[in-house]
Amino acid sequence: MGLLEVLEVTKYYGDFKALDNVDLKINRDERISIIGPNGAGKTTLLNLISGLLKPTRGKIILEGKNITNMSPSERCKLGIVKSFQIPSYFPNLTTLDNLKVALISSLGKSKNFLKSYQQDEEINNLSERALEVFGLYERRNFLAKDLPHGDKKLLDVASAFALRPKLILLDEPTSGVSIKEKRDLMGTIMSALKEMEISSLILVEHDMDIVFNYSSRVVVLHNGKILDDSSPELVKANKEVASVMFGS
Amino acid sequence: MKKILSGNLFFTLILIALLALVPYIAPPFYVYLTLTSLAYIPVVIGFNILFGYTGLLSFGHGLFLALGMYTTAFLMRNYTMENLEVLILASALSAFIVGLGVGYICVKYTRIYFALLTLAFGMVFYTLLIKFTPITGGDEGLRITFKPLLLGLDFRYLPHLDFLFQPYYYYVLGIVIILTVLAYIIVSSHFGLSLKAIKENSEKAEALGINIKRFRLYSFVISAIYTSIGGALLAHITSHVTPIFSYWTTSGEIVFMTLLGGFTNFFGPIIGVFVYTLLRDFIMSTIIYWRILFGAALLLIIIFVPGGISEGLIRIYKHFKGA
Ligand SMILES: Nc1ncnc2c1ncn2[C@@H]1O[C@H](COP(=O)(O)OP(=O)(O)OP(=O)(O)O)[C@@H](O)[C@H]1O
Ligand SMILES: [Mg+2]
Repeated sequence: MGLLEVLEVTKYYGDFKALDNVDLKINRDERISIIGPNGAGKTTLLNLISGLLKPTRGKIILEGKNITNMSPSERCKLGIVKSFQIPSYFPNLTTLDNLKVALISSLGKSKNFLKSYQQDEEINNLSERALEVFGLYERRNFLAKDLPHGDKKLLDVASAFALRPKLILLDEPTSGVSIKEKRDLMGTIMSALKEMEISSLILVEHDMDIVFNYSSRVVVLHNGKILDDSSPELVKANKEVASVMFGS
Repeated sequence: MKKILSGNLFFTLILIALLALVPYIAPPFYVYLTLTSLAYIPVVIGFNILFGYTGLLSFGHGLFLALGMYTTAFLMRNYTMENLEVLILASALSAFIVGLGVGYICVKYTRIYFALLTLAFGMVFYTLLIKFTPITGGDEGLRITFKPLLLGLDFRYLPHLDFLFQPYYYYVLGIVIILTVLAYIIVSSHFGLSLKAIKENSEKAEALGINIKRFRLYSFVISAIYTSIGGALLAHITSHVTPIFSYWTTSGEIVFMTLLGGFTNFFGPIIGVFVYTLLRDFIMSTIIYWRILFGAALLLIIIFVPGGISEGLIRIYKHFKGA
């Protein structure tokens, strides 16, 4: 069943066309990877879906509803959440409180201004549970800014997961960590997906092993256009894709 | 965590006890300064909910201070409204309305743009106060010529200073305690954490579903109400409300007191109020160029102890505990 539709979306930055008439249909329970060289427009596409950017032309439809003009927070409430390529978190809050912000928001408790958030058992349990899933529990009292880089990325992803979105957008969750750590990080993220019952995923990733291992469908972006959109096997066999991705 | 909390509680109880004793042990001049400081506490707490917790620096909070004072003076003069509780509520209500309007426009911006916009609103209000003489008394301002009823009790038989230093002092102390506790509850709440998140990283906060503009507006309105109530309390102390309270220098003083005491700690601004009020009087009477001295002090604080006096005290405390 259709979950999200990106319809004829074009995005200009000033005079520069970052996305050119992109069409993309995403079904429930799909795990899509978006690949493409630097500057292909991958982050731009995710930002358009999450609402951080507005398209110059075109529409974005979630479950039949036009969400093109909705803010990120409104889309978040409808179930689209994104983690950031450059990890985004609350630097002077603890790891635990970072998670709590997400949970408070997702449970619609943000406007509760008389109850102490520290004494909210529901929030305490859920946030500790989420940190355990991501292996961050030991460092729950660290300020987020003091975490190592890999953990910052995980924290960003964890806070997105905590919202239990219908569709999660992960923008290079493993960028900036060593090859060895990458696999661990991805393993953690995948088991968290299962654990938290989040079934629809769009992943932007440069590491081809990860892409081909973890996705059911691969979309190739190049110069703002979709070059290929099919199964990992077919994309792997596409010569044009290979030349774009790896040069020739 | 528990330790810090009980530390705060301990500090608070000592402070309240000391404050309650002031009218009995301090010379009248210092009782007066302490009373003035008390009235400024809701002002800086309100200011800091917006600045320290939400990350928005207002250079126009004099507007809301003046709003509370003028609302009080206006209602007393024109409607002989004498219940202090009613006057306080009316000041809160006018701040709610004006804060909603001004805030709605200001929170569309952040950083320096927000600061400049609030500064501009403060100055516009200042000009209105000067121009609308029939309502505001113009340059001269308005005088408050009678004493309010406290909880319905009539203390008009007391001489002015006796009224201020006894019943009024304790009334203000009570209100300030209530407002401080309430503010502490607010900043420790789900809402308070969400405000901090907005301050720390508004893009991430929005990605997590927090409507950042609306939350900034809530914070602005709460801040305005607190500041205005401070003004309502101050009006009876000065007995004379003038446009100067909306002038940028007053807004600057509010910023200064908060930075001096430290905006990163809930109690910082409260310390700032007392130190500033006491020091200003001392320094003003001994040194001619006192403004320069305050400017230099502010510079040193920002460079060396950005968390203000409260951070300095915590550092000293940790130093001696560690050694
Ligand atoms: N805010 C912006 N203003 C102007 N140009 C931009 C902006 N953001 C991105 N671009 C340009 O748009 C193009 C697509 O950028 P985008 O970040 O979407 O690429 P990407 O595929 O995510 O690349 P990477 O793999 O490096 O993350 C790039 O050429 C980039 O320079
Ligand atoms: Mg990118």
